[in-house]
Amino acid sequence: MTTRMKIYRDLYKDSVSLMQLSAGFAQRDGVERASIVMATETNLRQLEDAGFDPVDGATPNDLIVALIADDTVIDDLFEQADSALKARPAANGGDGPQPLPPSSFEMAIEGQPDANMAVVSVPGPFAAAEAIKALRLGLNVMLFSDNVPPAQELEVKKLARERGLLVMGPDCGTAIINGVPLGFANVVNRGKIGIVAASGTGLQEVSCRISNAGAGISQAIGTGGHDLAAEIGGLSMLTGIEMLIADPQTEVIVLVSKPPSAEVAKGILGAACAGGKPVVVHFLGADAAELKGHNVIVAESLAEAGEKAVAVLRGDAPEPLCLDDLPQAAMRAAERLVPQAQYLRGVFCGGTFCAESQLFALRAGLKVHSNVPVRGAEALNDIWISEGHSIVDLGDDDFTRGRAHPMIDPTLRDERIVSDGTDPLTGVIQFDVVLGYGASMEPIEGLLEALRRVKEARSAPPVFVAHVCGTDLDPQSRHEITAQLQAEGVIAATSNAQASVWASAIAVQCQTAMASA
Amino acid sequence: MNTLFDSELSAINVGVQSFADNIAAEGAKVSSLTWQPPAGGDADAALTLARLVGDAGIADANQRALERFLSAKPVVVDVSTAGKALPGFTDRRRLLHAGPPILWADMCGPMQGGLAGAAVLEGWAETIDAAMKLVADGEILCEPCHHFDAVAPMAGIISPSMPVWIVEDAGSPDRHRTYSNFNEGLGKVLRFGANSEEVLERLRWMADEVAPAMRAAIEVSGGIELKPLMAQALHMGDEVHNRNTAATGLLMKRLVPSLMRAEIDAGLKSRVLEFIYGNDHFFLNLSMAACKNMLDAASGIDGSTFVTVMARNGVDFGIQMSGTGKQWFRAPANPVDGLYFPGFSAEDAAADLGDSAITETAGVGGFAMASAPAIVKFVGGTPSDATQNSRNMQEITVGTNSAFTLPALNFAPTATGIDAIKVVDRGILPVINTGIAHREAGVGQIGAGITTAPLKCFADALGAFARTRD
Repeated sequence: MTTRMKIYRDLYKDSVSLMQLSAGFAQRDGVERASIVMATETNLRQLEDAGFDPVDGATPNDLIVALIADDTVIDDLFEQADSALKARPAANGGDGPQPLPPSSFEMAIEGQPDANMAVVSVPGPFAAAEAIKALRLGLNVMLFSDNVPPAQELEVKKLARERGLLVMGPDCGTAIINGVPLGFANVVNRGKIGIVAASGTGLQEVSCRISNAGAGISQAIGTGGHDLAAEIGGLSMLTGIEMLIADPQTEVIVLVSKPPSAEVAKGILGAACAGGKPVVVHFLGADAAELKGHNVIVAESLAEAGEKAVAVLRGDAPEPLCLDDLPQAAMRAAERLVPQAQYLRGVFCGGTFCAESQLFALRAGLKVHSNVPVRGAEALNDIWISEGHSIVDLGDDDFTRGRAHPMIDPTLRDERIVSDGTDPLTGVIQFDVVLGYGASMEPIEGLLEALRRVKEARSAPPVFVAHVCGTDLDPQSRHEITAQLQAEGVIAATSNAQASVWASAIAVQCQTAMASA
Repeated sequence: MNTLFDSELSAINVGVQSFADNIAAEGAKVSSLTWQPPAGGDADAALTLARLVGDAGIADANQRALERFLSAKPVVVDVSTAGKALPGFTDRRRLLHAGPPILWADMCGPMQGGLAGAAVLEGWAETIDAAMKLVADGEILCEPCHHFDAVAPMAGIISPSMPVWIVEDAGSPDRHRTYSNFNEGLGKVLRFGANSEEVLERLRWMADEVAPAMRAAIEVSGGIELKPLMAQALHMGDEVHNRNTAATGLLMKRLVPSLMRAEIDAGLKSRVLEFIYGNDHFFLNLSMAACKNMLDAASGIDGSTFVTVMARNGVDFGIQMSGTGKQWFRAPANPVDGLYFPGFSAEDAAADLGDSAITETAGVGGFAMASAPAIVKFVGGTPSDATQNSRNMQEITVGTNSAFTLPALNFAPTATGIDAIKVVDRGILPVINTGIAHREAGVGQIGAGITTAPLKCFADALGAFARTRD
């Protein structure tokens, strides 16, 4: 075995590409460890922990190839890494000089004068600069990058307002524009319902719910989670609302967000109602009272927001979300549990799903812990160890630092399901599977294995409740994935709200049983 | 009103490549940028740049700069000495050198050697050692050639008694003048820091015989317009920086009949012609003065990011930009990707040196490498690299110069007027053909190659430029 690394100065590659590259090398024969990473502080620390020598004078703009492999193959591997890193997209064929591949927006627009959207996912410190360039050149922007300083976010959004352009983000994970999914987004029917959401998985859930109900989406606009903060004032949501009001294809408008401050809410809802189109609003965890005085249709959950929008579109009265009774199979599984197995454990990839599940658990009277506690929940002492009823968002920065989001690489979710599932105190595990573009193409391969391990470890395994967020049009088939989960005994709900209600009900039932035992 | 929803989505992706793949999979139009952190990873500089991109006022100012550049008409009108020709040169003991300003202690070997040689040549010191001490003690002021509207290759030493070419802009009412010294040929020469008696003797002879002969010939000819001559040379295998064979021939074709008519001793004429014919680089200094002349026409335009000077002092690379006037922006010179003469290696090399990057600044030299296949191997490339480089430079310039065309690129006009914004935004660096000097004084040229202008100069220039607009 040889441990060796090589540093490439000032060579930037995006983290997803590098993870794919690392994963490819890790699978080769004779390789014990392969890390191809940017030399960020976190990555350097991880390399040191893995037994590599400390690196002096590397900056986050430098790239490191670090391999532990058999002596016989290591030279070849470094050569292969070198050529993989240096590969450039081929210019159009033919002899003679070729135009360089575009390296900036201005350069790309020269060859693509009809460009109207920039999709920006560069590292946070550089993201605002790219967005500003795109806006100054007349492009709308989807800004996927996070860690953009608030002052820069404000500058970007003010510039967009000035120029009459839309900026989605920073930290906007998903959007569907003119029927095209951007970032993490599902393939949904086109239709007449327009969404503006300050929550990525919230937007996914609402758009899927609408599509699965047979209606469709005109436009789905993400704003990033920080847009409705007082310092930003919901500038992106405001633009999104104005554009949907002006859009003849949009007949119903849905707004999704965490509860904003009263002042921001007033501005947003005022603008939304001014358009004369019906507006369905879901502010996660808001009191209905907070929305009083506005002529809007209030939804109590993501799924309900989708259903109410469809009802309004069809001219029906908007009804509360119709929830099914706990399925018999779940009841039977819960009855088999030993008395101390009483806790709800929520293991989520989608941040909004995690929040929604906490809200339902609190409503059911459970005492909830989380790494991202909603109002009324408590913070976990150690995010890696569940205590009592614990509902965690594995997509939060504390978990993803230095690694891929669990929607891209669900390994973290699968590991957590094993550790929570084998905990004898766990009575029910709720989780989400998010499909669509951007998400893992094999979202449950490791998950099925994790479920089997839990079931082998315990004579009376916990009840598994899951929600698959997606559509049958997605590149991963929702139908097939749901069937595979059910075959492993998972209780599948059609919405996260439904899954949360069931999971909480089981936990309440376990607690009652234990109290009476 | 935003027309996004009424149009087909046409996206440009930067960052995670799979986002673009997904957009394409859904049948929408998308391209991806080969993005690198701008300005060498300086986030503040990236923001400064972003706020300048797409500015109509800057684009206008740059167009004006380009028009002035293109309408300049450099004509070599006279030969004189630096002391007589350069305004304000002799108010004290002063020597000129290449590149941006630099302290004596920081200078590379060839520059120190050249300055000391020039001090002895002027009679300010008896010996080289004494001369070195004089300069080190500040008794002689050393300044950049550019501060006197002059340019000179390699160490770029100009002293009061040295002959200079006088190039005048016949296209402007003030007939702006620029200057360059005379090319000494190859081997042991002052511009590589050699300062032996043999070197100084040749310099004295050039002042005594070559300069008067050229002065007489130019007087008889009535002045020679340089742009048409350079344009023709570009069609004859020169890029008028590292290859001047055709241009030197064309110059002499114009000068010899006049020289023959001049009332000068026949023996002198023959010695001078023999010297010039033995030096294929004789035209280089005129090429540089002509480039400087055209670029000066484009300088000092408010709001312009047009680069007017690129020059190296053997340690730092420096640039000036039209909108920031005579202010230098400097950074350590980038290494040269080059071939070395047998027995020499990169360890022996001085950092990039000389004012001759003024040719690239004016859109020739490395920018016109497609014209000079004969020297592509000399600078370590292939003919296709050369044409590709000339093509690439079109990505970072304000426009093109239809007076200079490149046969290998189907007579495309040369990329002209480096735009600092495009350089930093696109991360494409100006290419420069260059000779490599030995780091010790007097050894001479040890190789040649291609280098680039350091990005930091351009990023810093934009930083200063942005501050003037706040």
